[in-house]
Amino acid sequence: MKKMAIIASKGTLDMAYPPFILGSTAAALGFDVQIFFTFYGLQLLRKDLSSVKVSPLANPAMPMPVPMPVLVQALPGMESMATMMMKDMIKKKGVASLEDLRSLCLEADVKFVACQMTVDLFEFDKKDFIDGIEFGGAATFLEFAGEANVSLFV
Amino acid sequence: MNVDKELDARGLNCPLPILKTKKSLADMQPGQILRVVSTDCGSVKDMQAFANQTGNQLVSQEEQNGEYVFLMKKK
Repeated sequence: MKKMAIIASKGTLDMAYPPFILGSTAAALGFDVQIFFTFYGLQLLRKDLSSVKVSPLANPAMPMPVPMPVLVQALPGMESMATMMMKDMIKKKGVASLEDLRSLCLEADVKFVACQMTVDLFEFDKKDFIDGIEFGGAATFLEFAGEANVSLFV
Repeated sequence: MNVDKELDARGLNCPLPILKTKKSLADMQPGQILRVVSTDCGSVKDMQAFANQTGNQLVSQEEQNGEYVFLMKKK
Protein backbone atom coordinates (compact mmCIF):
# COMPACT_ATOMS: atom_id res chain seq x y z
CA MET A 1 0.00 0.00 0.00
CA LYS A 2 1.26 3.45 -0.88
CA LYS A 3 1.68 5.96 1.92
CA MET A 4 1.48 9.73 2.11
CA ALA A 5 2.74 11.84 5.00
CA ILE A 6 1.82 15.52 5.35
CA ILE A 7 2.85 18.15 7.86
CA ALA A 8 0.16 20.82 8.29
CA SER A 9 1.79 23.83 9.94
CA LYS A 10 -0.50 26.70 8.93
CA GLY A 11 -3.77 27.75 10.51
CA THR A 12 -5.28 29.97 7.83
CA LEU A 13 -8.27 29.13 5.66
CA ASP A 14 -6.31 29.08 2.40
CA MET A 15 -3.52 26.90 3.76
CA ALA A 16 -5.94 24.54 5.48
CA TYR A 17 -7.21 23.22 2.17
CA PRO A 18 -4.17 21.43 0.69
CA PRO A 19 -3.68 18.94 3.55
CA PHE A 20 -7.38 18.02 3.71
CA ILE A 21 -7.89 17.86 -0.08
CA LEU A 22 -4.77 15.78 -0.68
CA GLY A 23 -5.40 13.64 2.38
CA SER A 24 -8.97 12.74 1.45
CA THR A 25 -8.13 12.19 -2.21
CA ALA A 26 -5.08 10.05 -1.48
CA ALA A 27 -7.21 7.92 0.83
CA ALA A 28 -9.73 7.51 -2.00
CA LEU A 29 -6.90 6.38 -4.26
CA GLY A 30 -5.94 3.72 -1.73
CA PHE A 31 -3.10 5.49 0.09
CA ASP A 32 -2.48 5.08 3.79
CA VAL A 33 -2.41 8.73 4.94
CA GLN A 34 -1.12 10.45 8.04
CA ILE A 35 -1.29 14.20 8.65
CA PHE A 36 0.83 15.68 11.40
CA PHE A 37 -0.56 18.98 12.72
CA THR A 38 1.97 21.28 14.28
CA PHE A 39 2.15 24.91 15.40
CA TYR A 40 -0.68 26.93 13.87
CA GLY A 41 -1.81 23.86 11.96
CA LEU A 42 -3.21 22.56 15.23
CA GLN A 43 -6.08 25.04 14.87
CA LEU A 44 -7.39 22.80 12.08
CA LEU A 45 -8.16 20.07 14.61
CA ARG A 46 -10.40 22.22 16.80
CA LYS A 47 -14.06 21.31 16.99
CA ASP A 48 -14.85 24.93 16.20
CA LEU A 49 -13.14 26.06 12.99
CA SER A 50 -14.45 29.63 13.11
CA SER A 51 -11.03 30.97 14.12
CA VAL A 52 -9.58 29.70 10.83
CA LYS A 53 -9.52 32.82 8.66
CA VAL A 54 -7.80 34.31 5.67
CA SER A 55 -6.15 37.74 5.72
CA PRO A 56 -5.64 39.99 2.72
CA LEU A 57 -2.59 41.36 4.54
CA ALA A 58 0.65 39.74 3.36
CA ASN A 59 -1.40 37.96 0.71
CA PRO A 60 -0.75 40.26 -2.25
CA ALA A 61 -1.92 37.65 -4.76
CA MET A 62 -5.38 37.36 -3.23
CA PRO A 63 -7.97 38.40 -5.82
CA MET A 64 -9.96 41.41 -4.56
CA PRO A 65 -13.12 42.91 -6.07
CA VAL A 66 -11.51 46.37 -5.97
CA PRO A 67 -7.85 47.31 -5.60
CA MET A 68 -7.17 47.72 -1.89
CA PRO A 69 -4.21 49.59 -0.43
CA VAL A 70 -2.31 47.75 2.29
CA LEU A 71 -3.27 50.35 4.90
CA VAL A 72 -6.95 49.71 4.19
CA GLN A 73 -6.40 45.95 4.45
CA ALA A 74 -5.06 46.54 7.96
CA LEU A 75 -8.28 48.16 9.18
CA PRO A 76 -10.34 46.33 11.84
CA GLY A 77 -12.85 43.93 10.35
CA MET A 78 -11.02 43.46 7.05
CA GLU A 79 -9.89 39.96 7.97
CA SER A 80 -13.43 38.88 8.83
CA MET A 81 -14.68 40.43 5.61
CA ALA A 82 -12.06 38.68 3.48
CA THR A 83 -12.88 35.39 5.23
CA MET A 84 -16.59 35.85 4.61
CA MET A 85 -15.95 36.63 0.94
CA MET A 86 -13.73 33.59 0.54
CA LYS A 87 -16.22 31.25 2.23
CA ASP A 88 -18.99 32.64 0.06
CA MET A 89 -16.92 32.00 -3.07
CA ILE A 90 -16.06 28.49 -1.89
CA LYS A 91 -19.75 27.70 -1.45
CA LYS A 92 -20.78 29.18 -4.79
CA LYS A 93 -18.17 27.22 -6.72
CA GLY A 94 -19.10 23.86 -5.22
CA VAL A 95 -15.85 23.59 -3.27
CA ALA A 96 -16.24 21.60 -0.04
CA SER A 97 -16.11 23.35 3.32
CA LEU A 98 -13.17 22.63 5.62
CA GLU A 99 -15.50 20.86 8.05
CA ASP A 100 -16.75 18.56 5.28
CA LEU A 101 -13.28 17.77 3.96
CA ARG A 102 -12.04 17.03 7.45
CA SER A 103 -14.95 14.64 8.06
CA LEU A 104 -14.30 12.96 4.71
CA CYS A 105 -10.68 12.43 5.76
CA LEU A 106 -11.72 10.84 9.05
CA GLU A 107 -14.31 8.65 7.31
CA ALA A 108 -11.59 7.44 4.96
CA ASP A 109 -9.31 6.55 7.90
CA VAL A 110 -6.82 9.34 7.37
CA LYS A 111 -4.87 9.45 10.61
CA PHE A 112 -4.57 12.84 12.33
CA VAL A 113 -1.64 13.30 14.68
CA ALA A 114 -1.50 16.44 16.84
CA CYS A 115 1.88 17.74 17.92
CA GLN A 116 2.07 17.32 21.70
CA MET A 117 4.82 19.93 21.98
CA THR A 118 2.55 22.55 20.38
CA VAL A 119 -0.29 21.63 22.73
CA ASP A 120 2.05 22.25 25.68
CA LEU A 121 3.54 25.39 24.16
CA PHE A 122 0.26 27.17 23.54
CA GLU A 123 -1.47 25.56 26.53
CA PHE A 124 -4.27 24.20 24.34
CA ASP A 125 -7.07 22.31 26.02
CA LYS A 126 -7.37 18.83 24.53
CA LYS A 127 -11.14 19.04 25.06
CA ASP A 128 -11.28 21.63 22.27
CA PHE A 129 -10.03 19.13 19.69
CA ILE A 130 -12.13 16.73 17.66
CA ASP A 131 -12.31 13.08 18.66
CA GLY A 132 -10.30 10.36 16.98
CA ILE A 133 -6.94 12.10 16.86
CA GLU A 134 -3.63 10.99 18.33
CA PHE A 135 -0.95 13.01 20.05
CA GLY A 136 2.69 12.52 19.16
CA GLY A 137 5.98 14.12 18.28
CA ALA A 138 8.61 14.36 15.57
CA ALA A 139 9.62 10.71 15.92
CA THR A 140 6.00 9.60 15.45
CA PHE A 141 5.82 11.52 12.19
CA LEU A 142 9.20 10.32 10.95
CA GLU A 143 8.44 6.68 11.67
CA PHE A 144 5.53 6.92 9.22
CA ALA A 145 7.12 9.40 6.80
CA GLY A 146 10.25 7.25 6.54
CA GLU A 147 8.22 4.68 4.65
CA ALA A 148 6.01 7.13 2.75
CA ASN A 149 5.98 7.47 -1.04
CA VAL A 150 4.86 11.09 -0.77
CA SER A 151 5.90 13.53 1.96
CA LEU A 152 4.68 17.11 1.98
CA PHE A 153 5.16 20.12 4.20
CA VAL A 154 2.31 22.61 4.10
CA MET B 1 -24.18 -0.51 -21.66
CA ASN B 2 -26.14 -1.40 -18.55
CA VAL B 3 -25.72 1.11 -15.76
CA ASP B 4 -26.07 -0.28 -12.24
CA LYS B 5 -25.79 2.98 -10.34
CA GLU B 6 -25.85 6.71 -11.05
CA LEU B 7 -23.88 9.47 -9.35
CA ASP B 8 -24.86 13.08 -9.88
CA ALA B 9 -21.73 15.13 -9.17
CA ARG B 10 -22.93 18.26 -10.98
CA GLY B 11 -21.84 21.52 -9.39
CA LEU B 12 -19.21 19.86 -7.22
CA ASN B 13 -15.59 20.86 -7.41
CA CYS B 14 -12.29 19.03 -6.84
CA PRO B 15 -11.89 16.66 -5.04
CA LEU B 16 -15.57 15.95 -4.35
CA PRO B 17 -16.42 14.15 -7.65
CA ILE B 18 -13.58 11.69 -6.97
CA LEU B 19 -14.46 11.21 -3.30
CA LYS B 20 -18.12 10.62 -4.14
CA THR B 21 -17.16 8.20 -6.91
CA LYS B 22 -15.09 6.24 -4.43
CA LYS B 23 -17.99 6.17 -1.96
CA SER B 24 -20.49 5.12 -4.63
CA LEU B 25 -18.28 2.24 -5.75
CA ALA B 26 -17.88 0.99 -2.18
CA ASP B 27 -21.24 -0.79 -1.97
CA MET B 28 -21.24 -2.09 -5.57
CA GLN B 29 -20.32 -5.56 -6.83
CA PRO B 30 -17.23 -6.24 -8.97
CA GLY B 31 -18.04 -5.79 -12.66
CA GLN B 32 -20.96 -3.42 -12.03
CA ILE B 33 -21.07 -0.09 -13.85
CA LEU B 34 -21.25 3.32 -12.19
CA ARG B 35 -22.31 6.30 -14.31
CA VAL B 36 -20.98 9.64 -13.06
CA VAL B 37 -22.08 13.03 -14.36
CA SER B 38 -19.84 15.97 -13.47
CA THR B 39 -19.55 19.61 -14.47
CA ASP B 40 -15.98 19.95 -13.18
CA CYS B 41 -13.66 19.93 -16.20
CA GLY B 42 -10.80 18.97 -13.88
CA SER B 43 -12.52 15.66 -13.23
CA VAL B 44 -11.67 14.49 -16.77
CA LYS B 45 -8.03 13.94 -15.91
CA ASP B 46 -8.77 13.09 -12.29
CA MET B 47 -11.15 10.24 -13.10
CA GLN B 48 -8.49 8.69 -15.32
CA ALA B 49 -5.93 9.03 -12.52
CA PHE B 50 -8.41 7.56 -10.03
CA ALA B 51 -9.00 4.57 -12.31
CA ASN B 52 -5.27 4.03 -12.86
CA GLN B 53 -4.53 4.16 -9.15
CA THR B 54 -7.43 2.06 -7.88
CA GLY B 55 -7.71 -0.55 -10.65
CA ASN B 56 -11.34 0.31 -11.38
CA GLN B 57 -11.84 0.55 -15.12
CA LEU B 58 -12.86 3.79 -16.80
CA VAL B 59 -14.91 2.26 -19.60
CA SER B 60 -15.81 5.52 -21.29
CA GLN B 61 -15.83 9.26 -20.85
CA GLU B 62 -17.56 11.83 -22.99
CA GLU B 63 -18.71 15.41 -22.98
CA GLN B 64 -22.43 16.09 -23.42
CA ASN B 65 -23.62 19.71 -23.42
CA GLY B 66 -20.90 20.93 -21.07
CA GLU B 67 -21.27 17.95 -18.76
CA TYR B 68 -18.82 15.11 -18.41
CA VAL B 69 -20.19 11.59 -18.33
CA PHE B 70 -18.04 8.73 -17.07
CA LEU B 71 -18.72 5.01 -16.97
CA MET B 72 -16.65 3.29 -14.32
CA LYS B 73 -16.51 -0.49 -13.94
CA LYS B 74 -15.88 -1.66 -10.42
CA LYS B 75 -12.80 -3.84 -9.90
